Order: sequence, then C-alpha cells, then structure tokens
Amino acid sequence: MTFALSPEREQELARIVARYPNKQAACIPVLHLCQEQHGWISDEVTRFVADTLGMPAAQVLGVVTFYSIFNQQPVGRHQVWVCRTLSCALRGAEGLLHQCEKHLGIHAGQTTPDGAITLRTAECLASCGTAPVMQVDRTYHENLTPERAREILDGLRSR
Amino acid sequence: MLQRTNYLSSRYGVPDGHRIEAYLRDGGYEQAKRALGMPRKTLVDEVKAANLRGRGGAGFPMGVKWGFMPPEPKPGKPHYLVVNADEGEPGTFKDRTLMELDPHSTIEGCIIGAYGIGAHAAYVYVRDELHLSKARLWGAIEEARARGFLGPKPFGIDYTVEVYVHSGAGAYICGEETALLNSLEGKRGEPRMKPPFPAQAGAFGMPTTVNNLESIATLPTILKLGGEAFSKLSALHGMRDGGCRLFGVSGHVKTPGVFECAVGLTLRELVYDLGGGVAGGKLLAVIPGGSSTPILRHDELVDAPDPKAPLHPWHGQSVLDVPMGVDTFRGLGTMLGTCCAIVLSERACPVMAMHNLMRFYRHESCGQCTPCREGSGWLERTLDRIVGGAGTLEDLDRLHEIANNIMGNTICAFGEGTAMPALGFLRKFRREFEDFVRTHGASSPRNLAL
Ligand SMILES: Cc1cc2nc3c(=O)[nH]c(=O)nc-3n(C[C@H](O)[C@H](O)[C@H](O)COP(=O)(O)O)c2cc1C
Ligand code: FES
Repeated sequence: MTFALSPEREQELARIVARYPNKQAACIPVLHLCQEQHGWISDEVTRFVADTLGMPAAQVLGVVTFYSIFNQQPVGRHQVWVCRTLSCALRGAEGLLHQCEKHLGIHAGQTTPDGAITLRTAECLASCGTAPVMQVDRTYHENLTPERAREILDGLRSR
Repeated sequence: MLQRTNYLSSRYGVPDGHRIEAYLRDGGYEQAKRALGMPRKTLVDEVKAANLRGRGGAGFPMGVKWGFMPPEPKPGKPHYLVVNADEGEPGTFKDRTLMELDPHSTIEGCIIGAYGIGAHAAYVYVRDELHLSKARLWGAIEEARARGFLGPKPFGIDYTVEVYVHSGAGAYICGEETALLNSLEGKRGEPRMKPPFPAQAGAFGMPTTVNNLESIATLPTILKLGGEAFSKLSALHGMRDGGCRLFGVSGHVKTPGVFECAVGLTLRELVYDLGGGVAGGKLLAVIPGGSSTPILRHDELVDAPDPKAPLHPWHGQSVLDVPMGVDTFRGLGTMLGTCCAIVLSERACPVMAMHNLMRFYRHESCGQCTPCREGSGWLERTLDRIVGGAGTLEDLDRLHEIANNIMGNTICAFGEGTAMPALGFLRKFRREFEDFVRTHGASSPRNLAL
C-alpha cells in the first residue's frame, strides 16, 4: 500500500518545503506531518518522504531512527510521557510514573490493550519549575499530583 | 546583589501579553525599525558594548560572535541566523517562558539579529515537545507580517527579513549548535567537526550565527537602553558580563520559577529570596546552571588567596555568595551554564542524583564518538551496580577513570558536559559515595523526592 497525505496536508507540505533553500531540509517537519496523519513512520511513509523530497530512503530511515519522537511501530491513540529527569525526580516523578503504570496496568514503553494509551518516560521537558510534569499528546500537565494524573488518564480512555 | 529587573518578562502575566497589541503598547518593534536604519557596524558595536554573554550555556560574548561573520554576504552565499530554542539541558526552563508569554520579543530580536549579521532569513529551532511555544511563535510571525514588519520590506525599509520556526524531534544533542545545523538541514543530529565554524560554513554550508533564544530576545532591550547602559545593569559590568537575564530555580525549593534579575545575583539570593528557601530541610547542594555544570556544596568556600585572582574579593566566603557570572563561576570550577539552578536538600541522595543524570547522558549520547557512547554507558552501568548495593570502592575509582577518558576526546562539548558533572559529584561527595558503597546503600535515604 502506498502512503498519501490528505489534501490539506499536501498544501501544508508545499508551505513547509518553501521555507528552506533545499528540499531535504524539510525532512523532519514533513515526517512530523506524516506521523500526525498516520500515527507512526511505516516503510510506506519513509518511501513517500524519500520520493517527495528526492532523498534516498536509507537516509530518511537514518533520520527516523535518530529522533525519539518518530514512532517506528504503531502506538496508542494517545501518547503519554512522564518526565523522569532530575528536577522532576526531586519532586516525585518516580512515584508519579509508578502510579501511571499501576493505573494503566502497563509498563512504560507499552500500550494499553485497548489501544488507547502509550505510556513512556521523557527526559527533561523544560518544565522543571512546575515539576513533576507529564506530556499528553501536545499538552503539558504541570505540578501534577498522582490523583490528578489518574483523572487525566481516565479522561483519555473515552476519547 | 539582588536586583529584580523587568525588561524581558514585563508582559509575563499580562492578559494576552503574547499578542502584538500588548507588545506594541510597550513600544514593541521600534528598535527593529531603528536597527534597520543603522549602519551595520553601529549595530554590532552596540551589541558588543552590551557585553551580553550567550544565554545558551557557553557564555560567549554575542557581539564578538557576530563579528566573526563576513562583513557582507558574498554573491550566492547568503547568511543565516539560527536561533537555538532546543532547551533540553536538564533543569532549564527559561526560553520556553519567553516563547509562550512574549514571543514578539524573539521575533523583533530576529529582525535585529538578522540585520546585524547580514542575513535575510532566521530559523528558530524549537524542540518538538514545546507545541505551545511553536504555536505562539508562528502566531507572532503572522501578526508581525500582517503589520508589514516582516517580509520583503519590513517597516517599508528595503531589507528582506523572513522568520521561520523549525521543529526538532526529541534529541537533546540537537541543542549543540552544529548538531542543530545538521538537524535543520534534515539530517541526523550529529555534531560536526570544527573548524569550519558556523560563521564560515554553517546552515546549508553558508555563514551562520547560532544564538540562544534568550540572547536574541534581549536585543530589543539592548537597543532600547543602549549597549553600555544595558551592560551597566549588571554588578559584573567590570568583568564584561552585562545586563539582565532570566534565572531559574527548581528542585527542592519552596517557590520554583523563572525570575528576571540583573546579572550579579548570588545563588543564596536565588535559592532563598527568589526560590523561597529550601523545601525539606537544609540545603545540601546546588547545580548552578543546568545538569552539565558541576555541583556546588552548601559548605564550600571560595579559595582564591592570590590578590590577582578574579575571585579574590570573595576569598574565604561561601560559594553561595559569589555573584553568578560566566567568569566568576568558571573560577569556582563550575559553570554558569543556562543560569537555571537545581537545588538538592539534605533529603536527596547525591549518589541517586548522579545516577539519574548519568542515565540521562547515556540516553542522549548521539553515539558518534566512542569515548562518549561507551563511556556514558559504563558510567550508568557502574552506577546501576552501586545503587543496587553491589558497588565497590574500586567502582568509584573506575567512575573517575571513565569520566577522565571522555574529557577532551569527543567532537562536541557533550562529552565534557557528561564528564565534568560526574567528576563534580564524585569529588564533592566522596565520603557519601564511600559510605553508600560500604553499607550497600544503607547509609543513604536512597531518595530524591521529599
Ligand atoms: C550538548 C549540548 C547541548 C546544548 N543545548 C543547548 C540548548 O538547548 N539551547 C541553547 O541555546 N544552547 C545549547 N547549547 C549551546 C549551543 O551549542 C550554543 O553554544 C548556543 O546556542 C549559542 O548561543 P549563545 O551564544 O547565544 O548562548 C548546547 C551545547 C551542548 C554541547
Ligand atoms: S526535569 Fe522534568 S521538566 Fe525538567
């Protein structure tokens, strides 16, 4: 199966490419665009990006594997990252992560069986002054308590 | 000396402070317009006089860096301004506040900076996770463009300036300026060998200046006050460390946050006056400017008996009472870094803190240089063993040796950024590490959280 972007995203792609002096520079933003639509970077997506930007597929794959944001396999509908670096750890990140794992019944790195939530750890999210912090999809939840985290996770299941 | 200022953060907390109306009410974009009417050299001299030491961590003087650029672009060799908002150094959370709460100062700074280095395009490289920051910057770009401040004729002046936001994809190493350039070019974010330096061959092989986002966002203030007056806000003006900046404090303090002050603030003021004091007992130690800066103990004293030493005026005093400056903190054997401190109270175990950070560095090493790739792994695994209660005194020596073997043996400063804090922990907490090993961890609360 080949991959194609939606018409709106095709337009966005053209806008992205126009920002740079060459096409390859659009590689990371275009991968983001594809992942937004597809959820992960499949072989088809890699080939699509390579063809669109005139790059060898191996080079695109090299980029995909370098950056932690690009998913190399399918993930849950919602992405949850719990920061575990020092400032957050000093304010209870470890307990927060355990809470999330227990509540969801999975370990960090796994997806709930219903496919709703992928739980992961993050390194410092630039939110150290409002630690501990958890990123849910595109939103930061700061100064988190375990109770509040549970509520947020419950809210995701139904969405 | 505690001297709060209100230049960079004056719109923090103002309703709709991120919108152009709020920015224009405060005289926004007047300095960019002025800058575009100045001879380039006048602008660069103003920035040199400001003594702004780069806010990204290395503390290099901004005006001097600009001076490395060719005076005028050669045909077919456009210049680029690249703004570093990768903000990934653990403990650092200041650039994010500028992007979210006052994005127009960055956009105005980009116009001034682009003109100052002869560029027509500025790329702001923002780490991917900061979605609100990116949206606020794009929003600000659109507002500025709609008013005719960006594009082919900003303010009607014949000098094209375009500003773009470029998203990272989750890699701390991309904060290193040459890794960032590779990432901007759509490549793996592996640091480049220097030379050539970015001013010779940077983004897309063209002369490029990379500046931290706070450095850029400070430019309108520098022009508003005048370079020298800006510099003189600082208690360290005499050491060419000028102006005001954002200070952050996190960890075991009662009121963590970002505070704008004149340069010259002390750690004691940051922790006790701004941070509200230590949470959870007495102070153990402070990591002064992001995790790559070696830790300072609460009971350390300045040792500078030589009257010619820059730190001599503070000889015998607590390190907590030394003004936070690029050169003063280098003199203390640490670094000012990003000026965002992480505070550890007595309830935190230094062995566990080091373990947490070394796990971070192992995770983030790009793997290009063997000493860093392997060394960071060995550091983590040795600490795994120690934390697990199975460490030996030889392991402590091994940690020293591994860290020493990383120092100076890597393409980029990530290696030092790993090894220096490792050695700092080991030297300053030797007794705690030995006790931990001897008692298989029983000597320690084995805790980081309160
Ligand atoms: C591993 C590593 C990570 C870095 N991360 C950042 C960062 O997130 N933001 C930043 O501005 N500078 C970072 N730097 C410093 C940059 O390489 C560069 O010195 C800085 O962006 C220059 O801007 P300035 O002179 O305005 O400070 C990092 C350096 C290293 C070695
Ligand atoms: S340590 Fe968690 S946000 Fe910085």
